[in-house]
Order: sequence, then C-alpha cells, then structure tokens
Amino acid sequence: MKREWRMPLTILSIAIFALFIWWAQNHLNAYYIRVLSTAAIYIVAAVAYNLINGVTGQFSLGPNGFMALGGFTVALLVLPVSQKQIVYFLQPLIWPFNSFSLPQSLFIVALLLAGIVAAIGGIIIGFPTLRLKGDYLAIATFGFGEIIFVLANNLISITNGALGIKGIPEYSTLMWTWGWAIFSIIVVSNLAKSSYGRAMKAIREDEIAAEAMGINVFFHKMLAFTVSAFFAGVAGGLLATLITTVSPSLFMFTMTFNLLIIIVLGGLGSITGSAITAVLFAFLQELLRTVEAPIQLGPIHLPGVAGMRMVVFSLLLILAMLFYRRGLFGRKELSWDLILSIFERKGEGVGTTWKKEKMKLS
Amino acid sequence: MDIQSFIQQLLNGISLGSLYALIAIGYTMVYGILRLINFAHGDVFMLGTYFAFYLVMIFMLPWWLSATLAIALSAIVGMLIDRVAYRPLRSAPRISALITAVGVSFFLENAGIVVLGARPKGFPRPEFMSHTYNLGGAYITGVSIWVPVISVILLLVLFYVIYRTKIGMAMRAVATDMETTRLMGVDLDRVISYTFAIGSALAAAGGIMWACKYPQINPLMGIFPGWKAFTAAVVGGIGNILGATIGGLVIGIIEIMIVAFFPALSGYKDAFVFVILIIFLLVKPTGILGETLKEKV
Amino acid sequence: MEKGKNEAILTMNHVTVVFGGLTAVNDFCIDIQRGELVGLIGPNGAGKTTVFNAITGQYIPAKGEIFFEGREITGLKPDRITKYGIARTFQNVRLFSELSVLDNVLVSYHARIKSSFWEAIFHTPRYLREERTFYNGGMELLERVGLAEMAGETAGSLPYGQQRRLEIARALATGPRLLLLDEPAAGMNPEETRQLMDFIKRIRDEFGLTILLIEHDMKVVMGICERIRVLDYGISIAEGTPAEIQANPRVIEAYLGEEERENAEA
Ligand SMILES: Nc1ncnc2c1ncn2[C@@H]1O[C@H](COP(=O)(O)OP(=O)(O)OP(=O)(O)O)[C@@H](O)[C@H]1O
Ligand SMILES: [Mg+2]
Repeated sequence: MKREWRMPLTILSIAIFALFIWWAQNHLNAYYIRVLSTAAIYIVAAVAYNLINGVTGQFSLGPNGFMALGGFTVALLVLPVSQKQIVYFLQPLIWPFNSFSLPQSLFIVALLLAGIVAAIGGIIIGFPTLRLKGDYLAIATFGFGEIIFVLANNLISITNGALGIKGIPEYSTLMWTWGWAIFSIIVVSNLAKSSYGRAMKAIREDEIAAEAMGINVFFHKMLAFTVSAFFAGVAGGLLATLITTVSPSLFMFTMTFNLLIIIVLGGLGSITGSAITAVLFAFLQELLRTVEAPIQLGPIHLPGVAGMRMVVFSLLLILAMLFYRRGLFGRKELSWDLILSIFERKGEGVGTTWKKEKMKLS
Repeated sequence: MDIQSFIQQLLNGISLGSLYALIAIGYTMVYGILRLINFAHGDVFMLGTYFAFYLVMIFMLPWWLSATLAIALSAIVGMLIDRVAYRPLRSAPRISALITAVGVSFFLENAGIVVLGARPKGFPRPEFMSHTYNLGGAYITGVSIWVPVISVILLLVLFYVIYRTKIGMAMRAVATDMETTRLMGVDLDRVISYTFAIGSALAAAGGIMWACKYPQINPLMGIFPGWKAFTAAVVGGIGNILGATIGGLVIGIIEIMIVAFFPALSGYKDAFVFVILIIFLLVKPTGILGETLKEKV
Repeated sequence: MEKGKNEAILTMNHVTVVFGGLTAVNDFCIDIQRGELVGLIGPNGAGKTTVFNAITGQYIPAKGEIFFEGREITGLKPDRITKYGIARTFQNVRLFSELSVLDNVLVSYHARIKSSFWEAIFHTPRYLREERTFYNGGMELLERVGLAEMAGETAGSLPYGQQRRLEIARALATGPRLLLLDEPAAGMNPEETRQLMDFIKRIRDEFGLTILLIEHDMKVVMGICERIRVLDYGISIAEGTPAEIQANPRVIEAYLGEEERENAEA
C-alpha cells in the first residue's frame, strides 16, 4: 500500500462517516440516537483509559471518578440559572455557579473545562502514586472514585447531593459525541504511535530498562494519566448533556468496570480495538437489558433478575483474561495495511511493511 | 468530651481497627508473595458473614459452630479463587492478574445481589456481643470488648502459624525470595493456596464480627471495609503482617475519633482514609514498618 | 582523591552499597581513563552488578561518591545519568520484548527529543523531522550491528544471542561515552563469543567509547580487556593487566579456585 494513499483514504472515510452521522441525527429515532451517542462516549472514555492501562501499563481504576468531575463541571456550567434555582431546593448553589450559565454556543468551553478539571484531578492523584513502583495507582484511583461518590453525596451546595442535578440542556448531539470520539481516537493514537508513545510502551514492558535508556518514567506516566483523565472528563460532560441528569450514582464503579471490559476485549494497548469494542459494548448492553427484564415463555413467567447483566459482564471479563488475553486486536492497530493484509492474504503482512519504508527512506 | 466517653470512643476505635487489621492481613500476605492486590478479598469478607447468617438462620446451628464453619467455608472460597482465577495467570503480565481480580470482585458482588438479594438482612448477633457492660461508669457494648479480644487471640494464632510452623516458614521464605525458594523444592502453589486460605479465614472472622457490630449485611458490604483495610496495609507497610495490624488500628481509631470529635464531618469519614493514604504515599510510601526493598536488577 | 578527576572519565571514591545487613560493595575505588576497556571480574555474588547499579543510579550508595567526566553523579536518577552519557546492558536481558527491534532502539533516542508532546500529537513539521532523524539513525545503527534484517520483528522473538546484541545496540542508541556491559557473553556458544569479542572492540573504536565490562568467560576478559579489576565479597582484591591477574595468587585463590571447585562438583 502506498504511503501517500493512507491519509486521503482516512479523510475520505471520516467524511463518509460524518455524512452518516448527519443523516442519523435527522432520521433515526431518539432511542437509536441515544445508543449511538452512548457508543461514542464509551469510545472517548475507553480510548483514553487504554492509554494509561494498555499503552503505559499502569493499572488505573479512575475513569468513573474523572467522568464524575467532568459531568458535574458541565452540569454546573450549562444548567440555566432558573433551573438551578429549582433544582437546589435543599441548599442554595454556591457562588459563582448560581449567577451564570454558559449559552449553547459556549458548550465547547464547558467541555474543555470539564476535561481540564478532570486532568487536574489526575495530576493530584498521579503525583503521589506514579512516582512509586507497584500498584499504588490502582488503589488510589479506586479510592478516588469512591471518595468522589462520598463528596458528591455530601457537598449538597455544589452537587445537590444524592438527588443529583436534573434538567441539563440536551446539547450532546451525535455530531458532538462522534466528533469527540473521532478526535480522541486521532489524538490518542497519534500520541501512542509517537516517540512519546514509544516511551510509554517501553515503561509498560520494563520500567527499569526504560529508565536506564534515559526515559523520564514519572513524566511519561503522568502524561499518559493526565491525557487519559482529560478525555474521561470530557466523556463525563458529554454524558451529562446526553442524559440531562447527573447524580453520584451515575458515576459509580460500574462505569469503570464497563470500560475495563471494553479495553480488555478490544486488546490492551490497541486504540482502534477499544473504539470498536466500545461500540459493540454499547449495543450488547442494550441487548442484555432483556436478561434483566421479566420473560414470558408461554405459560411460564420468569421474573427479571436485577444485577444479572453485571454477572454476565464480570464473567466475560474473567474468561477473557483467562482464555482470550490478547483481545480482538492484541496490540495491533486497525490500519489500512492491516485491512489490506486481510484481503490479500499473500500480500505484505503488517510486519513487513517497514522494509518498504526503509527502502524509500534510504 | 469527658474522659469516660473518650475511653468509650477509644475502645470503639480499637474494635473497628482490629477488624480492619484482620482484613488487612489477608491483603498484605497475598501482596507480599504475589505482588497482587486481591480485590476480591473484601468480598470474601462479605461471604463470610452470609455463610454465618445462613448457618444460623436456616440450619439453626449453634452460634459458635456456625461461625467456625463459615470461616472454614470462606477459607475454601479463597483457595478456589486463587486456583481458578489467579494461578493460570502467574506467568502473565502483572496487570492481567489485577484485572482478573477486579473481575472476580465484581462477580462476587453482583452474583451476591442476584443470589442473596440486594436488600440488607438483619444479622442475628449472639447475646454476648450485644450485651452492654458497665465498666466503672462507662457503658461499653460487648462488641467493643470482645472484638479486640477475639482479634488478639486470632492474631496470636496467626503469628504462631507464621513463625513456628513449617508452612509459615515456607510462606516467609516465598515472600522474601520466590525464585530461590522454588529452586529449593518448595511447592509454591501449595504455599500460595495456604496463604489465601489463612487470609480469607481471617477476613471471614472479621466479617462475622463486623456484622455483630453493624448487624445489617448486604452483598456490597465488603467494598469499603476492603478498600480501607488495603489502605491500612499500605499505611502499615505493605507485605508486613505486624504493619497491617498497626495500620488497621490507626485507621480504625482515626475514623472513630473524627466522627466523635467532629460530628459535622461524619459524612466525610471515608474521605479521610483517602487523605491518609495520599499523605503516606507522599511522605512515607514504605509505610510505618515497611522497609525499602530495591528490586534486584 | 582529587587526582585523576580531570583525566579520568569515571571516578569512584570509596563507594559502599548495603542491602539490609549485607554489604554488597565495600569501599570501592576506581579511575577509568577515556578510551580504556576495563574488565570487572569476581566470583558469583561478589558485587559486580551492584557496582554497575551504583554507577547508573539504580542503587544509591550508602557511602562514597561517583564522578563522570568531572561531574558528580552520585544518587542521581538513572535517566539523568543516562542523559549525561553512561549506558548499560543488563545481566538478565531486559529488552522491551513486545516492541519491535527497531522500536527498542528508537526508545533510546527519545531522551533527546526536542518537540513537545503537543507537536508529537499534531504531527508538526519539526516533530516529523525529528522522528525521521531518529528513524534513520536507528536503522543505521541496526545496520552497523547487523540487526537491520530483523528490524520489524518483535524483540522477544529473537534468538538469545541476537537479543544480547540488541541490548548493546539499544544502549549505543542513547549516545553514550561510557558503556557498561554486564556479562555480554553469557549463554553464548564459542563461535558467538568470538564474534562478540570482535564486536566489542569494533564498537569501542567506531563509537569512541570507554567500556567497563563484567564477564565470567575468562577467554573474553583476558582477550579484550586492557586492565582488569577483581572483586571478592564486595572488596577489591586485585588489579592489573590480564597477565598480572592470571598470575596473582589471591585471584587464583578467590576466583579460579572457586571455578575449579565448581568444576569438581559438576
Ligand atoms: N536489590 C538487592 N537486594 C538485596 N540484595 C541484593 C540486591 N542486589 C544484589 N544483592 C546482593 O548483593 C550481592 C552482590 O550481588 P551482585 O548481583 O552485585 O553480584 P555479582 O557479582 O553481579 O554476581 P553474579 O556473578 O552472580 O552476577 C549478592 O549477595 C546479592 O544477593
Ligand atoms: Mg551480576
């Protein structure tokens, strides 16, 4: 495959896809639009999560906490002032949030701020934990998610406590969610493929050797973790403006668990793999809703079992780790070369493309 | 606050702390050997209470027998978890076992919801635990006295096992240098199995006493105590059993004292544990008793 | 103590490394001149690797100081020390085994990157230029060490001898002036060992290196080292030319004696 062809092909397919999204927004019913949007939000969060867990090999359990930061940030910024007065009846909302709200035209600012707040959260958690060897990040991020839950329940004058915030404007159209999905795929995979990404992968493979080759391990872990937190925050903001409410229970550990399944099944370290399984997961989740609904088989009535879906998902995760550890894509990326190598079996595999490039270069 | 209520709170803190300590030991032992955070450990704690609950309520067994059987069953569950979910991943990248551990934990919690029901159940605590004693003017409930007493007995048994028996010696050897110990012909899988059994038994004992203290049990009850106990293990010095005990007590006492002295902050008591964890990671990541172990290069 | 600081590329003064109760390296002093090829030998557990780890910042010495090109590097972090110009290989190969051979080498160039990660994400011309430079440099290096054919393979799939060679290439890619090789011939057959000896001498000349080398294979040490230091139980017991070391009774007692004992047991 000629090198010059890749870029135009990618741009072309993104353009076609954009057309599809535009069509879908105007023609699909609300249910499908919502599932498609959820899929896109999963992409943003999963791709970012994979950067720290799969590419850099640092086990974080933080996405739900960062998504919560992003979700509440956006809610506080875009909820109309009149709605704020209605929602916060237990305790009034604190200044300055009670006195303004961003118009729809500044939605992008709200999302960026959501990402930045989450990224700052990431720096605060990352600083004490990522300096250390061992799995302190896992335990600190897990605690962080739970603590955000505690805070969200208790800081009533900011979060409205367990009741949550209702009536958030529904700004997250398919253009927004998929726009961010594609942007996050491009940013994260460019980063992973770059020299910085190579350093991150080296840390995953052998931290001591990476350090001995001159890699500043702490900096690169922080970089991956902060970028990851940023996109998780954006995903949280998109989610808030999709389902129009946020509450502490929306961002419980289950969210992180879903993302973990997505990145494991897609292949730890494969950005495009995560993107694909994120979409599959969004649909699978809808299908499995039936498992929890009551079933009528002729005269037999099976009552719905709440929680069954999560049992299925956790079994899926365990079985995947035991028997299908490389996931769909292993560490490969979906690329034009990979697609071509599937079509023309005898052609150059992914592994041999470098040779051609080398000849071109030298 | 007068001295009597202070002593009351202190005893309360010690009893909560000994429960954290019992759970923390399981975390720290497994971490010391496998470098694995066994996320499912808190859920074994939960299972222990359910075993005891059903043995008392359905099989109508006497209380002491139910507790013993529940502890034994939990030990078997712990060994099974290792056998099924962790052992196949011993040579895999470390992150694989961690992810699996999260999966097992989530499985136990949700299977618990499906099978045992999400609604909390009232735990039938024995009379001696709920009885209120009058010690020189201070009113102290049975749990505040018996929990530390039983915990100390369990700890003494544990230290005997670790320092005076062959299997305990093997555990310490494996924790110090797994490769050399294996070369000397020690059956690693067996040692690891026993480690899981002992840790799970202690967690179950802790769980049953927890249920005597807070007699409402539900399938998610293991999450917070589990996480705090792991924090206790870090605070004490991960891998160090005595450290886990001290860490547990420290966390338990701080938690009770915050609620007692700053009632307005009681909603945030869980957040304080997090703050303690972050402070320790910043200032003394090796914990109170842990020593700096440099990885051999 | 001040002597040698100017002409020596590496100076270690009274370096002591302890682990708990064990003194792995005791009061170790050495001066290494630019361009030298020095051997560090001693029985198993003598503390040779620990000397390397002290130089490269993996372990922090309890006592003593280390100077590289006149600059004190004691207690600095390993990546800083590498950036100053010291590179190493590991006794137990520690490649980035799931990365390609080329990527293993390119990781070492990263420490020199000037573009920020923003530029890397958004593919600015400067970043692309740098990446191109790294790529060409990496390929050229692989060419020179004879691994260019395998550039696209995963490092973990290479045969053992080539893995060791790749470790050396990866160290060279950091652009060192001092190279530390920890038992480069371990696990090699006599033919591979012979090639390795030529290879080490060649890279020293081509890259203008100073080399400190740990090796158990006496043929290698005696064959290429100009000066040899002997360590036993963390203490320096002898230093000299290969001929002097071979004739030194203390060395024979401590080192060769043990080998004979081992041979007798085997
Ligand atoms: N991180 C560590 N923690 C504890 N002890 C260590 C550590 N690293 C090395 N040691 C001990 O220090 C001593 C010296 O080890 P070192 O690896 O330097 O020996 P060596 O001369 O390289 O031996 P070999 O020829 O076997 O490689 C040994 O007793 C070893 O067990
Ligand atoms: Mg050595």
